[in-house]
Amino acid sequence: MGMTITEKILAAHAGKERVIPGELINCRLDLVLANDITAPVAINEFEKLGMDRVFDPTRVVLVPDHFTPNKDIKSAEQSKLMREFARKFGIVNYFEVGRMGIEHCLLPEQGLVVPGDCVIGADSHTCTYGALGAFATGVGSTDLAAGMATGECWFKVPESMKFVFHGKLRPWVTGKDLILHCIADIGVDGARYRSMEFTGDAIEALSVEGRLTMCNMAIEAGAKNGIVPPDEKTEVYIKRRAKRPYRFYTSDPDAHYVEVREYDASLIEPQVAFPHLPENARPVSEAQGIAIDQVVIGSCTNGRIEDLRIAAYILKGRKVHPNIRLIVIPGTQEIYLQAIREGLLEIFVEAGGAVSTPTCGPCLGGHMGILAKGERALATTNRNFVGRMGHPESEVYLAGPAVAAASAVTGCITHPKEVVGNYAG
Amino acid sequence: MQVKGRVWKFGNDVDTDLIIPARYLNTTDPAELAAHCMEDADPSFAKKVSAGDIIVAGKNFGCGSSREHAPIAIKGSGVACVIAGSFARIFYRNAINIGLPILEAPEAAEALQDGDIVEIDLGAGTIKNLTRQGLYQAAPFPSFMQEIMQAGGLINYVRERMKKHA
Repeated sequence: MGMTITEKILAAHAGKERVIPGELINCRLDLVLANDITAPVAINEFEKLGMDRVFDPTRVVLVPDHFTPNKDIKSAEQSKLMREFARKFGIVNYFEVGRMGIEHCLLPEQGLVVPGDCVIGADSHTCTYGALGAFATGVGSTDLAAGMATGECWFKVPESMKFVFHGKLRPWVTGKDLILHCIADIGVDGARYRSMEFTGDAIEALSVEGRLTMCNMAIEAGAKNGIVPPDEKTEVYIKRRAKRPYRFYTSDPDAHYVEVREYDASLIEPQVAFPHLPENARPVSEAQGIAIDQVVIGSCTNGRIEDLRIAAYILKGRKVHPNIRLIVIPGTQEIYLQAIREGLLEIFVEAGGAVSTPTCGPCLGGHMGILAKGERALATTNRNFVGRMGHPESEVYLAGPAVAAASAVTGCITHPKEVVGNYAG
Repeated sequence: MQVKGRVWKFGNDVDTDLIIPARYLNTTDPAELAAHCMEDADPSFAKKVSAGDIIVAGKNFGCGSSREHAPIAIKGSGVACVIAGSFARIFYRNAINIGLPILEAPEAAEALQDGDIVEIDLGAGTIKNLTRQGLYQAAPFPSFMQEIMQAGGLINYVRERMKKHA
């Protein structure tokens, strides 16, 4: 029997001809990643090993993105600890404020993750990189510490689920809507411990940015990784960025899947996930008219240039509703600069929105847009758990950038066509 | 190893933001994290919980973020074991890596009630309800994970392995 793309990448990194689901293997790592919240714990653990070097200073990536630019003294101490570690161990890929970005926007953009890689990150959304045809998964700080020391990590080979999306997307439907629809279908533990492989002509038609958004939220269905077989679009995206040689793996026609689910993507409306789980996604028509206080456009899910273009298209020449605080956060410095050059940031500011330097900030209730008791936000982020963006009695609705921008204009959850009609950019 | 304590019962899909909200992640100190453990699910949990107590929850416990602060906060609060119907995978790894005992036992997770006193044999994976009777068996750990646990967590395990290879 053949192997899936995930099984092939894991086998290659375990030095094996083949692997089977359930097998425990030890894999060589191409890259390990941590941020200003997870690195301090990992550094404490790493120091217990008494090592005088990391396995490879070019393959450890440290990004201060969660509480930065630092929001308080304690978070500044955490960043300082990480910065000093980076200097001491000669970590090449440490990205300082002003040169950084939200990690999962930054690493693909900088060509640090390439197709065929095996990557762990002490951040659950590390699964984002599957969009490039890499195996990437989130781990905790202690696994990360062991990875920094040894360049290896143990894995249980996951069973694979295949999700096939057919058909042409409706206007204003993006990768975010496809993944929210999928999570609503299988539930927040519907892919627990498994690999989610996204295929079909609708995925082939999707931009690499859209695929990054989809794989980013694989963890919201409990998956170990999300992955899209690499193709010509992947090649175009990666060839000018890749910092290392890369390899395209694809699933064999006779690979085994524990489950195959097919969707007619042409029937999927823009989605909105109701509080307090991403699985509560419904068509926007069922959320129409829910009043909100804040709109956040950004995050590792939807902070890329394509997302900002969609939002700017809708906000151009319009004003943010008087009851709404609109916060726009470009994912990286490069995206920020690109958005300036394209005039997108001017559109957001003219409309009455606040534009921030790259940060995870409000997505995790860190800073830059915390909600008060009883407030309600619509966000292009990835989680709407209780208290996720602030007070435990606040609420977060999740959507893509088009619904977010349209809702910022009207003050309540709105289908983009209500604001700009059906023409999607 | 035997533990005995009071059950604190929670529902399905207890996420890591409920276990330790991100607003407290600007520290790595176990005692500080423990002071806010489960705060958004039950604001008085950290004050009520005693050393040796047991958290019992439904499916998908620990879903969401990779923050190791979540099992650190639970361990720091004195909780001796978490029993759940199932665990999210990153939390599962983290708990084993830092030495927080966890047991996957769907039957026990359903039957045990808040306030019950239970006795657990962690090695055998048996859970005994002393309040309303009932004996449950947790799923065994793969031998590889038992080795990590016996070494006292992943860092000790890696240290021993590196010594062997040196």
